[in-house]
This record gives sequence, structure tokens and C-alpha cells, in this order.
Amino acid sequence: MPRLSYRRALTRALADELARDETVFLLGEDIRVGAANVTAGLLKRFGPERVRDTPLSEQAFTSFATGAALAGLRPVVEFQIPSLLFLVFEQIVNHAHKFPLMTGGQCAVPVTYLVPGSGSRTGWAGQHSDHPYSLFAHVGVTTVVPATPADAYGLLVSAVRCDDPVVVFAPAGALDVRADVDFAALAPVPLGRGRVHRPGDDVTVVAVGHLVHDALAVAEELAGEASVEVYDPRTLYPFDWDSLAESVARTRRLVVVDDSNRSCGIAGEVIATMVERVPLVAPPRRVTRPDGAVLPFAPALDRAVQPGRDQLRTAIHHVLKDG
Amino acid sequence: MSDADRVRLYRTVRLIRRFEERAIELVRAGHIVGGIHPYLGQEGIAAGVCAALGADDVIAGTHRGHGHVLAKGADPARMLAELCGRASGLNAGRGGSMHAADFGVGVLGANAIVGASGAIVTGAVWARRRRGADTVGVSFFGDGAVNEGMLLEAFNLAALWRVPVLFVCENNGYATTMPVAGAVAGSITGRAAAFGMPATVVDGQDPEAVRAAATAAVARLRAGGGPELIEAATYRFDAHHTFEHQVRLDYRPPDEVARGRSRDPVAIQGARLSTADRAAVDAGVERELAAAVEFALAGPEPDPADALAHLYASGLTARTGGG
Repeated sequence: MPRLSYRRALTRALADELARDETVFLLGEDIRVGAANVTAGLLKRFGPERVRDTPLSEQAFTSFATGAALAGLRPVVEFQIPSLLFLVFEQIVNHAHKFPLMTGGQCAVPVTYLVPGSGSRTGWAGQHSDHPYSLFAHVGVTTVVPATPADAYGLLVSAVRCDDPVVVFAPAGALDVRADVDFAALAPVPLGRGRVHRPGDDVTVVAVGHLVHDALAVAEELAGEASVEVYDPRTLYPFDWDSLAESVARTRRLVVVDDSNRSCGIAGEVIATMVERVPLVAPPRRVTRPDGAVLPFAPALDRAVQPGRDQLRTAIHHVLKDG
Repeated sequence: MSDADRVRLYRTVRLIRRFEERAIELVRAGHIVGGIHPYLGQEGIAAGVCAALGADDVIAGTHRGHGHVLAKGADPARMLAELCGRASGLNAGRGGSMHAADFGVGVLGANAIVGASGAIVTGAVWARRRRGADTVGVSFFGDGAVNEGMLLEAFNLAALWRVPVLFVCENNGYATTMPVAGAVAGSITGRAAAFGMPATVVDGQDPEAVRAAATAAVARLRAGGGPELIEAATYRFDAHHTFEHQVRLDYRPPDEVARGRSRDPVAIQGARLSTADRAAVDAGVERELAAAVEFALAGPEPDPADALAHLYASGLTARTGGG
């Protein structure tokens, strides 16, 4: 079976959607040459009207995409750097997200915002290492964080076809993941559906994005002492609460590992919702970035503030012991 | 200009004038909550610019946006119902004064974020032309917007990609209470020059002068020209917002206000009509607005159970707030 990398899965999703639907077009910085290594080759195939390189004007081209969507197109906007989402939070939240309600349903804003390389890239320091998916879940913009190549393909395709704005975070920590994939079986993955990567009986570990791979590794390490279920929400908003509740109702123990800053990160929401819905036998735990984290430059410092496998092991041991 | 066009232009400024006066009455009576930003004194700009546009052209406006929406052809009765927060309003009671929109007549919405409409209109026009339409667009904004980076980025993008957008700056002398001299380095037309955009300064109190300038600019746009700027010199006759009717803010000298109000676009255009024509228009506008007030106040209140209807075009339903 052929190997598909996460990056090429994104490229393939974009190419397939550009080929399928002529209203789809790409917009972003350096996308003609594929500086983020996702849009490579697309200019040659689809031309400069549909693979549109922009000046460094994030606010203008983000709202340009809103306008184009209001007029019936389906823009995909690439941001090379996750922190640029702070610059365009206004354009996405105040305009793209609010227009359908504020106009009483007169319009749709089907824009996809693609961040191929969110979170730490090691050594990119404070202004290039954010992972702001919880912000978008908080304001209610559809937010997806695929962990695997097949999900990256399927969720990006679904994002492009969605009639609402969708932010697709492709974690830097997952970009080099490769998987055996039957290309003929690549298909859209519905937004808002989680997935159990590894079934287990003793504890449910909810892992977001690239941390799914850490959770799977830890689950394997602990296989002799505990049966760990690894749950990948894939879409953080809307979250697949029912399927997670089903998992947690079986294990009755919950750990969340989430690359957000601790306060108001998605891990807090996952725990609150499960505590509302499911009786647990042990206090739940979460592993996150620290409160207010700014990723420091030096590699050891960078790693020190990201959720790690040691912390995850400790958290799992706690919930197993505390119950 | 034909007599019919002259009468039509008068009808538009008169309609906006009386609409705003009736709206202020409804604010005072408590039927419009949250107040309005009256367009009084600036009617000639919306009327003159929109007279140069066709049904397929698109506009987006500002928080002081009633005039633009009406001049582009929205139904005053449904507009007034929107201001009163009724389900029968243009936006089903979900937008109000600052977000009134009517996509059916090319109004992509009043927009309450200063400087936001430029990039949205640019994207919408680019998209419609890519789909084969002959659309041009107008972005209305005030003098306060010319220091917003987002708008200057939009100037660059529209000029770079030669998108036929007419940027109309309504320079009424004040951004809320801040005079232009205290806020604008250089000049407003100089900003256009920096991006290679032609700029015209026009007397915004003379509807026919505005119409002539806009008609000439729109003809150049349709002939393949890039974007242009019109700076319309005007004066706001009333408050920044109706809250000033309760809390008098001291920022405009009384003699300046008197001087500004002495050049009234409704009077200027009215003087160009025969007494009989003018009386007929005035009577027609009164009848239309009497019916509009009646329609607005008779409209059903929206159902709080559906407060978030239209939040998602995709049909996604959000979780409730609990309790």
C-alpha cells in the first residue's frame, strides 16, 4: 500500500477540490511556489486566478475572501504562521463568522482557513509557535485539528465543502506523519465526528492533533498495566460530545492532553462537559501548556512548556490510582 | 441630467432625510432600542453615488449606514422594521441599525467595524467578475476610517489587482468627536495617490455634483479602470449617535454647526425642482414612510427560542447556554 504524508494529503485535498468545483480558489502568501510545502504544483495545474499569491496583507486578503464567499466562491486561505491568526481574528470573527446571523440568514461565508504548521516547529520561538485552536472553538467557528494523513485529507475536503467558515489546523508535529493509505479509499471525513484510535477499558485519553501520536505511544507503553482508550476528537467545534460520552461512560476515567494554554483551553471544556454528563470514578486530569505560555526559543525551553509524554503518563497514573 | 433623474435624486435625499427623522422619533418613543447614528446632512452622498450604480452592483457601508441601504433600493418599511427589531425586518431582527443588509439589492451590509468594508467589497466584486458579471462595487466609509490599516491594505489589494471598486470617503469632519485635523496626517486623497488610484474631491452637499463624479468614475471602472477614490466633503447635521441627545458632548462650535447646516443637500436639490414636483415628491415620501412606520410597529417580535437562528449556514446547531 502506498505511503501518504500528512503534507501531501493536504495538497491532494486541495487539488481534488480545485478540480471538482470551479468556485474553489486558494489565497495566501507564497502559495505559488508552495513555501509552506502544501500548495506545490497547484499553480501550474490551476493557474494564477485560482492559486492567488497575495501581498503581506493578512487583514485585507482575509476579508477579501469573505467578500468572495459572499459572492458565491469558496476561498481557501493559507496562513504560513499560526500567530497570523491573531492578526485576522477580527476579520474571521467579526465578519466571516457573524455575517450569516447578523444578516438574518441572507448569506453564507464558506471560507476555509488552513494553517499548515501550527504549534511549535522547534526554534521558531514566541511569535511563530502558537496553537490557537481553542480561541476559534470558543467563538464558535468550526475548528478541526487532524492527526493523520487520511483525516487531514478528509477533513480539509469537508471544510472546503462546508457552508460556514472552518479553520483547519495542521499541527507542525503531525506534518511528517506518514501512513499506508489506499488512495482510492481517501474520502471526506465528516466535520464534528470523533474517532477512537485505540480501544481501551480503564481510562479515556482525549488527545488533540499531533498529541494523538504521543497518546498512542504512551498507551502502548502502559499496555501491561492499563488498558488505555485513545480518543481523537478531530473536530473541536462542533465537538462530538455523544461519542466521547459513550467512551467515558465505559471507562469512567478521563485524561485530556491539549496543546493549548491551560486557562480556557479546550481541555477545560472537555472535562467540564464530561463531568456534567458522565459519573467519573476519579477526578479527571488535563495536560496542557502552562497558563499564559509564550514558547521560549531554546529547544529545551520550547519542549518544557509543551505537553509531554511524561506528564501524560503521570496524569494517567493519577486517574487510575485516585479511583 | 434629465428632469426625471433630477426628481429621482431629490426623492432619494428626501426619503433618507425623513426616514432618519422618523427613526429618531422612534428612538425617543422607545421603539428603536440602542439608538442610531443619524445620516442627516450626508444624504446627497449615498443618493448621488447609488444613482450611478446598477442593480447588479454591490455596496457596503458603515455604522452610519441607513442612507446607503435606502439609496441602493432596500424597502424602507422592512428597513424600519429591522431598526425596531422585528422578525419582519430586513435581517429578521438580528442586525439592527448598524448591520442592515439587503443582498437582494446588492447591499452587503452596513458594517460597524470602521474600515472593514473595503476589502469585503473588493473580494465580492472580484468574485462576481470572475463569474462573468459586469459588477462594480462601492465601499462607503468616513474620515475616521482612513487611518485604519485594514482599509489601506484594501486600497493596495484593489489597486494591485485592478478590482473596480469606488472607495467613497464621507468626510464629515469628525471621527465621533475627533476632528480630521487631529487624526489625519497628510491628506485623504494622498492616500489614494500612494496606491496609484485616481482621487476626486467633490462637494458632498450637492447631490448632483456627487452623482456626476460617481457616474464618471463608474464609467471608467466599467471600461476596465482600476479602483478610484471620491472624497465627499460633508457635514453631519446631528449627533454622532442619538445618545448625544441625552448627553451633550461639547466638541463642535455652534457657529460651525450653523454654517454646516446651512448647506442642506435636501434644500439644494429641492430648489432644482418645480414647486409642484417637489410637493408631489414630499407627499409621496410622507405616505411611504407613514406606511413604513405602521408596517414596522405591526411587525411580529422575533421568537427568543430562535435567538441564534441563522448562526450557521451549514445548519449546525449550537449547544444551549444550559441552566
